[in-house]
Amino acid sequence: MNLPSEFVPSYYRILPEIIMTIFGVIIMMADGMIAPKNSRRSLGWIAVLGTLLATAASVWQLGLAPGVGYSGTVQTDAFSVFFHLLICGIVLVSLLVSLDATKAATEDMGAYYALVVFGAVGMLLMTSAVELLLVFVGLEISSISTYILAGFRKKTGKSPEAAIKYFLLGSFATAFFLYGVALTFGATGTTRIADIASLLPHSSTPSLTWIALGMIVIGLGFKVSAAPFQVWTPDVYEGAPSPVVGLMSTAPKAAAFAVLLRITYDAFSTLHAHWTVLLWIMAALSMTIGNLGALRQQSVKRMLAYSSIAHAGYLLVAFTALSRDGIAAASFYTVSYAAMNVGIFAVVSHVGGYDDRLTLVQDFRGLGYKAPVLTGALAFFLISLIGIPFTGGFFGKFYVFTAALHAGIVWLAIIGLVNSGIAAYYYLRLLVAVYAKPIENSGVMAVPAISWTLAVALALTVGATLVLGIAPGKVLGMAQSGATTLLPAAPPNSGPDSTSPPALAVNR
Amino acid sequence: VLDDLILTLIVLVPLAGAIIVGFLPRKGKLIQGFTLAVTLFSFLCTLHLPAHFHYGHTGFQFEQDAIWIANPEIHYHVGVDGISMWLIVLTGLLAPLGVLASWNAIETRTKEFYFFFLLQQVAMYGVFISLDLILYYGFWELSLVPMAILIAMHGRSQGGRAAIKFFIYTFVPSALFLVAILALYARTQTFDFVLVQQKLGSQPGLFGPQALWFISLAFLFAFAVKVPVFPLHGWLGDVFSEAPTAMAMVVSGKLGIYSILRFHLALFPAQARQIAPLMIALAAIGIVYGALVALVQKDLKRLLAFATLSSLSFCTLGIYTFAASGLSGALFHILSESITGAAMFILLGLMYERYSSYDIHQYGGLASRMPRMTVLFLVTTLSLIGLPILTGFVGEFLTLSSGFQVNHLYGTIATTGVILSASYMLWMVQRVFYGANSPMVERTTVPDLFLREKLTLWPVAVLMLVMGVSSTLWFRAIDEGIAPLATQPAATTAHLEAR
Repeated sequence: MNLPSEFVPSYYRILPEIIMTIFGVIIMMADGMIAPKNSRRSLGWIAVLGTLLATAASVWQLGLAPGVGYSGTVQTDAFSVFFHLLICGIVLVSLLVSLDATKAATEDMGAYYALVVFGAVGMLLMTSAVELLLVFVGLEISSISTYILAGFRKKTGKSPEAAIKYFLLGSFATAFFLYGVALTFGATGTTRIADIASLLPHSSTPSLTWIALGMIVIGLGFKVSAAPFQVWTPDVYEGAPSPVVGLMSTAPKAAAFAVLLRITYDAFSTLHAHWTVLLWIMAALSMTIGNLGALRQQSVKRMLAYSSIAHAGYLLVAFTALSRDGIAAASFYTVSYAAMNVGIFAVVSHVGGYDDRLTLVQDFRGLGYKAPVLTGALAFFLISLIGIPFTGGFFGKFYVFTAALHAGIVWLAIIGLVNSGIAAYYYLRLLVAVYAKPIENSGVMAVPAISWTLAVALALTVGATLVLGIAPGKVLGMAQSGATTLLPAAPPNSGPDSTSPPALAVNR
Repeated sequence: VLDDLILTLIVLVPLAGAIIVGFLPRKGKLIQGFTLAVTLFSFLCTLHLPAHFHYGHTGFQFEQDAIWIANPEIHYHVGVDGISMWLIVLTGLLAPLGVLASWNAIETRTKEFYFFFLLQQVAMYGVFISLDLILYYGFWELSLVPMAILIAMHGRSQGGRAAIKFFIYTFVPSALFLVAILALYARTQTFDFVLVQQKLGSQPGLFGPQALWFISLAFLFAFAVKVPVFPLHGWLGDVFSEAPTAMAMVVSGKLGIYSILRFHLALFPAQARQIAPLMIALAAIGIVYGALVALVQKDLKRLLAFATLSSLSFCTLGIYTFAASGLSGALFHILSESITGAAMFILLGLMYERYSSYDIHQYGGLASRMPRMTVLFLVTTLSLIGLPILTGFVGEFLTLSSGFQVNHLYGTIATTGVILSASYMLWMVQRVFYGANSPMVERTTVPDLFLREKLTLWPVAVLMLVMGVSSTLWFRAIDEGIAPLATQPAATTAHLEAR
């Protein structure tokens, strides 16, 4: 199987995307053949099968010689495989949660599963694309499917509202991104990431490249819900069905962060003095706005929306470190955040139900008395979100802030860690509520028993969060080899005596 | 072989116990019995340490060092010296007492209660044995979680509020503490306590004086909140009055005092000496303030909270005198304070089980109804106010005498605390146990101590006496442990003189 890079067939490079596309088409066609009244659960299982096969294909891609396909538009390397596995994992768990949460609702579930699968195709493509136009195509595929999924509960008021808001602001953001791509082309004459990097220093219009970079960062900032582009997040998360929120708060963000890493560290590495300032400000704002906003929320989903803004901020701290450790820390953080956030939305969607019966923090009061296992999982995810050691959340923050402090970024690290102290308050409110005595006629008494699909989903997410907190070495190693492909000529490891931050190697 | 693995065993026994509790059926007293067995066994394990401790051997013993995470290098490095050894045994001793005190008091959610109770044990043992800063930080933070959840679950009425208050009070300083640890790592390239200590001692140029000053402050702040040192005691009253007995017993004091000794004094000797005058002043104020506030409390548990603040301030006073007698006195005082305080909590808990009240005014003439309990309560009270031949006296005497040598003014102020503690405790005893029977005591007929309660309390009472008369048994290890802290390193002296 060890073909030299130039003999690897191009379709090997996008095998997981091909598999997912085929399964998406199968689901759509099968949906038409099932009588309207019958259950669509089997389609969910087809989607699960497709995701498993795509995961296997991604692992298989590791054995390929790293390289590009389709005339240099897609690339498989340790970095893309890392995010492929992450996205497939998220989609898999989200499908299991959907199978649990949507038992009663049979409306158009065929389309639902097809959209999840097609959205995954877009996200996977984003992480392996090394051509900005293809990145844009991936971004559109994933965005459009999430717009529709956000509005999937057509009969409620909030869900269509969420979808419209998400669609308007999201397409605005994509337009920014596309404009940035166009300006990049104007400045350098290419949209290929590797070529941009080599042509950028020779561009005759440096100011144009700065604007292009700014546009691209704004566009992606919307997608990862970093402040000041975060306003859509709480409304959309509140309105969208919970299993969908678990998916869309993690997978598209992971893909967008992967793109942002590739674009900043690879294409625009020579402009790092500019984008680090931008990202520094975005990180500080996101952490502060996210956490302060979350303090006042009564709705669990809105609180988690603000928390996801804050977590995007922590993640951006790692970008400013300008080192391989920073890239590895950012990649690791996406994994640990995905594990705990998908997990907590699995619990929230089971407790709240598909139709959001229980939405407020005080509605969760006394859950520990009705469903001890579910509450235990919820408590564990909350502890991980707070960042208590022996959970994935701790090592996510640990690596991010170690990288930042090692690069001499002291103030942002202090802002971040003080923020994580504040954040403890709103997570604790939920934690304390679930373990408090239930009130009379509490809604939590109607929470159904755990189905085995949900049990598998919880086992996967709790297990992942625990493993990341006790033995993070393996995942960190993968993140580091991914980082090496982005920043191969990393500076020699700065010794204990070096006082200057390790500079980004710019030797193209 | 056992010597190498004993510390790991001490941590693993309650952890395994907690996991098994998670799978036990909620039936009868099965979970209680099992947890009691686990805590007794782990207490036995901790007794291995004093039995096999090598006196006259500097450095850490029972050490184990393995790489936990390769990059950045974090070790599973554990070890014990004279500072931590008796604290580990103390933790082991208090665990079965906590189970016995909760036996009937905790009726609902027993599985959760004992699961988190054992997890709390794991965290406390972990704090005392960890010699890697990140490992230590892990256990330090972990100790917050079971405490907060149990306060929320089994609080009296405002449990949720108290839990959040406790958590935020200790978690926010811990965030700065983590920044400080990472900043240390950025220059020393290690998290290992022993190596960090060596590097800080041998390479004074590693950090600028200002940077090291802020790092040492971040350490001290996190620890001082946990002790708590006046004026950082805001959480103490609420937590004491809300927390279930078994948790209130262990929430304050020893983790913070130990961490100050182990990390603040040992890693930053020069900075600790610089801030010592402030800490001594705060300790003296804390002693008097705590006592005065305790004097006017109407709630028994709040009274105990401020008594504890006052009592713990003796430890702070002793530590920052940097005299050998003050340091070992402080360490001994935290042992006796924990035992006496635990006994007091158990006694208050069993009064609450009988009368459902902590209100001093509702009690009166209790001695006529519960004579046996009154005896135990008096013994504990006398130990708490520092009567000679009981354990409380030793620590108070040593810390006060060394405090007096360092600063006459603060020494004098602190000594008035002894008189005040006698007044608030004895006045409380007089109001609760003597005088005419109050309507509540008159109305309710209650049994005197049960066998289980006697088994809990009598050993503790005997221990208070033994620790009071033959304290040298404990000081053998303690003196060795604190000796390096009392002697000022040569490099530090030169450094200070240069300033």
